[in-house]
Amino acid sequence: MIINPCNVQLTADGRLKHFLTTEGLSKALLTEILDTADSFISTQEREIKKVPLLRGKTVVNLFFENSTRTRSTFELAAKRLSADILNLDIARSATSKGETLMDTLWNLEAMYSDVFVVRHADSGAAHFIAEQVTPNVAIINAGDGRHAHPTQAMLDMLTIRRHKGSIEGKVVAVVGDILHSRVARSQIHALNTLGAAEVRVIGPRTLLPRDIGGLGCKVFYKLEDGLKDCDVVIMLRLQKERMQDALLPSGSEFYKRYGLTVDKLKLAKPDAIVMHPGPINRGVEIESTVADGAQSVILNQVSYGIAVRMAVMAMAMSGQQQERNERAQAQGEL
Amino acid sequence: MRYLHIEQARLIDPSQNIDTVTDLYVAEGRIKAIGRKPESGVVEESIDGRGQWLIPGLIDLGGHLAEPGFAQKGAIASETYAACSSGFTHVCALPDTKPVVDNSAIVQQILEKAQQARFAHVLPLGALTPDLAGEQISSMAALQEAGCVALSNARRPFKNSYVLRRVLEYAATYDILVFLAPDDVSLSASGSMHEGPVATRMGIPGIPRTAETIALAQMLLLIEQTGVRAHISQISCARSLVMLRQAREAGMSITADTPLANLIYTDESVTGYNSLYKVFPPLRTEVDRQALLAAVNAGELAISSNHRPHDVAGKKTTFIDAEPGMSMFDGFLPLAMQLVDKGELTEEAFISAVSTVPAEVLGMEHGLKEGSLFNAALIDPAQERCFRRSHLLSQGRNSPVAGMTLKGAASAVFVDGRRVI
Repeated sequence: MIINPCNVQLTADGRLKHFLTTEGLSKALLTEILDTADSFISTQEREIKKVPLLRGKTVVNLFFENSTRTRSTFELAAKRLSADILNLDIARSATSKGETLMDTLWNLEAMYSDVFVVRHADSGAAHFIAEQVTPNVAIINAGDGRHAHPTQAMLDMLTIRRHKGSIEGKVVAVVGDILHSRVARSQIHALNTLGAAEVRVIGPRTLLPRDIGGLGCKVFYKLEDGLKDCDVVIMLRLQKERMQDALLPSGSEFYKRYGLTVDKLKLAKPDAIVMHPGPINRGVEIESTVADGAQSVILNQVSYGIAVRMAVMAMAMSGQQQERNERAQAQGEL
Repeated sequence: MRYLHIEQARLIDPSQNIDTVTDLYVAEGRIKAIGRKPESGVVEESIDGRGQWLIPGLIDLGGHLAEPGFAQKGAIASETYAACSSGFTHVCALPDTKPVVDNSAIVQQILEKAQQARFAHVLPLGALTPDLAGEQISSMAALQEAGCVALSNARRPFKNSYVLRRVLEYAATYDILVFLAPDDVSLSASGSMHEGPVATRMGIPGIPRTAETIALAQMLLLIEQTGVRAHISQISCARSLVMLRQAREAGMSITADTPLANLIYTDESVTGYNSLYKVFPPLRTEVDRQALLAAVNAGELAISSNHRPHDVAGKKTTFIDAEPGMSMFDGFLPLAMQLVDKGELTEEAFISAVSTVPAEVLGMEHGLKEGSLFNAALIDPAQERCFRRSHLLSQGRNSPVAGMTLKGAASAVFVDGRRVI
């Protein structure tokens, strides 16, 4: 009865063919993504940044929810792999005309695309699309509701690995609006698989989902308690709407209790790094001095993001290629 | 007189504490004799009932028939046919059709369609408030006169406790039976499944148990105050059962039902974003499921279908966007028989929860005795049936049994003595 949601994204022999969630992926596979991304970082520093891995392939940025930043990094990643890219802002076109999600997908399939990069407000949307599309199309989840944002989580893992040497044995705290955060959920799974010593989530009860501890993390309600002896502090973005939803009294109250200031950061290890998926709200989640300070690696995260997205697109495309060859071979044998 | 003779079936009727292998003779729509051959007349047709159960026809306390208003999802004819295939002879039709069942003309239309279809009896549930908006009192007495067996607001909310109080008071004036489905929408509206570890993992906004229990507390207190005859529909939580028990201990005569799906599945079924399992009330945990089973076994709870057919488009989208509901009628009997097979429900408790208890709720005469109208199902517990997707009787494409082969089938179903299956 219970279907492992992670199986959809793997080929029969366990290679990536979609990238929907970090949950259930092996340590070896996550490490392969990081290693591949690492190799792309060096190509990014060259004068000619393009590699021909996706030449002749078409990547469609399928954004049912607006996001300039994530979309741009995917676009850049696809271009650096030499793919053709089509940006579709569905939020403002098809679905508002009453077209169903399936209609949109069938139309796009008819255009012979190879990769769909999907962002959607509904949890499970990328998973649904991966199950519905014709074979040969790789689905990369660029964020689905509160569920997962696996490329963001992997660029965070890459950031930790490059700045702290490895993820193994590290104490990592994720602070803020965990309830609505797809990033936090993807980070928790990746950190646990990659051997972090402890994953902590810190926030008021209104912003912590029921039974979040079951995902493999320790829950703290006070920032001061949770920051103690951390190697990595990840701040999450707080959406302004949360105040209207009766989840928080005010932005300033949140900052007072959960904002990362220079003083509070001292509770973490002296060499702790500070991360944030962006865009940051200065004075709400984080003090400017911290965001721009020596321990902050926020801007490095952005550049690693392109390498990670190149890595998963290249890997998923190769998984798809392998399946296609196997299918062709099977048909030939018939 | 010409008789239909059902030979040597195991006649089970919990309303009379009967469980015995016997012969039964039917003529002119009524049971003429049990256990002995009538003195005069001839047997026109004989059905071999050996190894089968002959039970009172199933009565559903709440299903969606999709008509009027949702022709792409179902029709009274198709849905009552599917219901009959699971042994139902009576189906209470929920009022959230389009238009809503809030005037006698719609009631009339539904009854006529059901008569033309000639499958199960349709017992319309009228709306407690116009357009189910929860703001004013509907023409209750007129709806009752038109043929509504009870009134309900489906799962739509009442604007506030004041409106609910007045609605119940008015219904009590005319001794109208009300069906209330407890759901505090301020707690449930943003959710798509049970709030718990599975929802957290999947990032699906949850529906806490308190959405049901808070609304139930409000309803029980107002039922007590107004003295209305009330039945609680679609219970999904263990805690609700405790509250119902307390109300009964305090002297209230309150009945309740749970949808069959909540006795079979839990929130774990939703893993993988399977929109088939998106239902309201949501599938809860194993603890809740076990408590609901125990309550059915104790005779405290009826089982309803909560049948809700959908077309492909209703379910083929993201889990959050998908419409809630399962098409239950085709698979109702074999799914329930599985619970009996596994020992989770006793035979007697199952039969009672789908016939005796619902008949008591509705105040209906419904037993297998001489002189009664012959509304019954002959069930072969051993017969296997393959539910091919293209052969389902309901128009709904959201049946949990599609593609499965299951044991337990109605080999014959009679509505007022007329064989419909």
